[in-house]
Amino acid sequence: MKEPIVGFLAVARNAGISVSTAESLDAFAALDLIGYGDRETVKDSLRLVIAKTDEERERFEACFEQYFGSLGLAPDSSSDAADSSLRDEDANDAAVRQTTAGSSLAGMLLADDRASLVRNLHAAAAAVSVSDIRLFTQTNLFARRVLEELGIAALDEAIARLRASGDPAQARVAEFLDSRRQAVRELARDIVEKRLALSADQRGRMRDEFLRDARLFNVDRRDIERMRVLVRAMARRLATRYARIRKRARRGHLDVRHTMRKNVAFDGVPFRTSWKRRKIEKPRLVVLCDVSGSVAPLAQFLLLFVHSLTEALSDVHSFAFSNTMIDVTATLERATLDDSIVAIMQEIGFRSSDYGRALGEFEQNWLRLIDRKTTVLILGDARSNYSEARVDVVQKLFERAKRVVWLNPENRVAWGMDDSEMLHYLPYCHVATVCNRLRHLESIVNDVLATP
Amino acid sequence: MSTAAAIAPASIEAVIEGLAESGYISNRQSATAIYLAHHLRKPVLVEGPAGVGKTELAKATAAYLRLPLIRMQCYDGLDESKALYEWKYGKQLLYTQILKDKLGEGLRGAANLKEALHQLDGIEDVFFSERFLEARPLLQALRQPAGAVLLIDEVDKADQEFEAFLLELLSDYQVTIPELGPIAATVAPIAILTSNNTRDLGDALKRRCLHLHIDYPDAKLEERIIDVRVPGIEERLRTQLVGFVQKVRTLELRKLPSVSETIDWARALVLLHVDELDAQVVRETLNVLLKYEADVEAATRQTPAMLSDVRWNGRPN
Repeated sequence: MKEPIVGFLAVARNAGISVSTAESLDAFAALDLIGYGDRETVKDSLRLVIAKTDEERERFEACFEQYFGSLGLAPDSSSDAADSSLRDEDANDAAVRQTTAGSSLAGMLLADDRASLVRNLHAAAAAVSVSDIRLFTQTNLFARRVLEELGIAALDEAIARLRASGDPAQARVAEFLDSRRQAVRELARDIVEKRLALSADQRGRMRDEFLRDARLFNVDRRDIERMRVLVRAMARRLATRYARIRKRARRGHLDVRHTMRKNVAFDGVPFRTSWKRRKIEKPRLVVLCDVSGSVAPLAQFLLLFVHSLTEALSDVHSFAFSNTMIDVTATLERATLDDSIVAIMQEIGFRSSDYGRALGEFEQNWLRLIDRKTTVLILGDARSNYSEARVDVVQKLFERAKRVVWLNPENRVAWGMDDSEMLHYLPYCHVATVCNRLRHLESIVNDVLATP
Repeated sequence: MSTAAAIAPASIEAVIEGLAESGYISNRQSATAIYLAHHLRKPVLVEGPAGVGKTELAKATAAYLRLPLIRMQCYDGLDESKALYEWKYGKQLLYTQILKDKLGEGLRGAANLKEALHQLDGIEDVFFSERFLEARPLLQALRQPAGAVLLIDEVDKADQEFEAFLLELLSDYQVTIPELGPIAATVAPIAILTSNNTRDLGDALKRRCLHLHIDYPDAKLEERIIDVRVPGIEERLRTQLVGFVQKVRTLELRKLPSVSETIDWARALVLLHVDELDAQVVRETLNVLLKYEADVEAATRQTPAMLSDVRWNGRPN
């Protein structure tokens, strides 16, 4: 019974649930304890052991249903209803037994022994190395090989013998076996198709690597989901790395002066110790994110990234702008990712951008957020449709903030061409860099967080 | 309590029953978690919204297994000296003062400084022995002769350092005290960690735990909970009340009502001799259920619609 579970864990891994070796062992230990009898209990136990977040729980549900749904672990009522009117006395008929003796498959079907059937199916699948499957056109070929390995030929012979005997009981059994034979074929096909999906997922890893380097502007629609997973993972990684930095700064030494002073009452015996604590400077981050039409394809990734950052860091203020600027901190904190992105894009997305006005509004309403501990992160292409650029606002940010980082999705050569105001803003940015790949985003933000 | 031998749950059904006897109506998932935790000796990390009975689960488990419950509340700044052990500095100091003469006598025989130091080393070990060790919850849990249920409440409130420190404890059920060496549990405690998800816990900690997510119960389960926790409530009121709360949970509120608030509300209504929900009763008592002014307002607006639904459904056939 271990084989299907191993398979399931592999599928779960590919679906993005992180299942460590230790967790696999735990899963087996739990199942050894609980047994494989009850589907819901098995599901509960596996969920307890391997699914760690809401997201993973959701994926787990989908995976579990997909993987165990039709493998026959669950009693499938559909096939039972019509054709399984097999009577016990028929199955146990001595003559029938003798005729079907050559086929172990027939024996399993007659005894309705699903567990053995599934086990044998998996064994057969392993024997013909179904996991080598690469193309969907190979499905039929592999399914046939599995059936051959399973002993479908012997079953066919047995059915033929039963039909030839002319005995009504044996004929009934033959009918029954024939209908079940169809079900077995479907099971075999199913296994092959699942393995195909699995190997396709393994290729997905390579795609992840590719996506990291892909330009954010032309990510395929089908890859967007995958991309989101990557962005979230990245934000989480940054957050943990950042947490570690904070921790290092926290470790103290004995504060001798303070200790002595505190212990004057005890004759200077260091009775209560006090420790030096370095002040932890939390980076305050103010993010201004352009969501106008020109960067719309990128905007959702930027928002996604800002959302993930908001989850990871405690002091992030985020703003979105096109021709006007709005505070989206609360939206991003409260709503789920998709809802908040939709809400923001509906409110101000896809308009033509007006950097001057947006920056002017920022100066008016929110400039007080900027102090010398703040890092300002501006994500945008600086294309202002020939309106006034308000360079003075960026200058003010530059003077007040610790750092101004401008991430521009356009290549450096395009900066300053046509309506791009980038070159005017450039002198007032501590860092200004091209950012249109995930890798860029990660390394830049890493730098921002790491600087003390 | 500890005279009766600790119970080993025989099956998941037994756990459900046992918890019910302790006044905790659990779903199958929670019972499975407890069952596995007991047999695999793995800690359980319980997550879910506030007030769905995460802490209660630990208490009921302790009562059911007849083990002492040792509770440790986590907070920002919690450290080893408060969680694990501390030396009784005061006592150490006092004893050294009292035993000054004795110490002097002991050292008098020493021929030179080196020898005196050598003798002093032996004495110091006396002062850093179990006698002067103040056991805090984690150490207490390890030293329980029959095992214990260790409740580490709101682990997400503690810092990451503390989380890292928990790792040794939760994987090997042993801790290391520099002066005494590793101390292993006599019987591994059943550790139950709760988290409200105010921050993401580290992967290392997550990997070591079983993950139980307790969500708001469905109507059926909630009715059973009310039935147990608020004896003497009329069936009709119970159905209506639970139906109403379930509806409130579908609204967009700042803080959704939890099970404990449903129980409070039910108690309040029983106390007021209410036998059927109507708009006035709801308006007057809604502040038991909802804790924010804005939420109360939002719910009040929706009350008539929700109420008519609930009363319709609550009617027998």
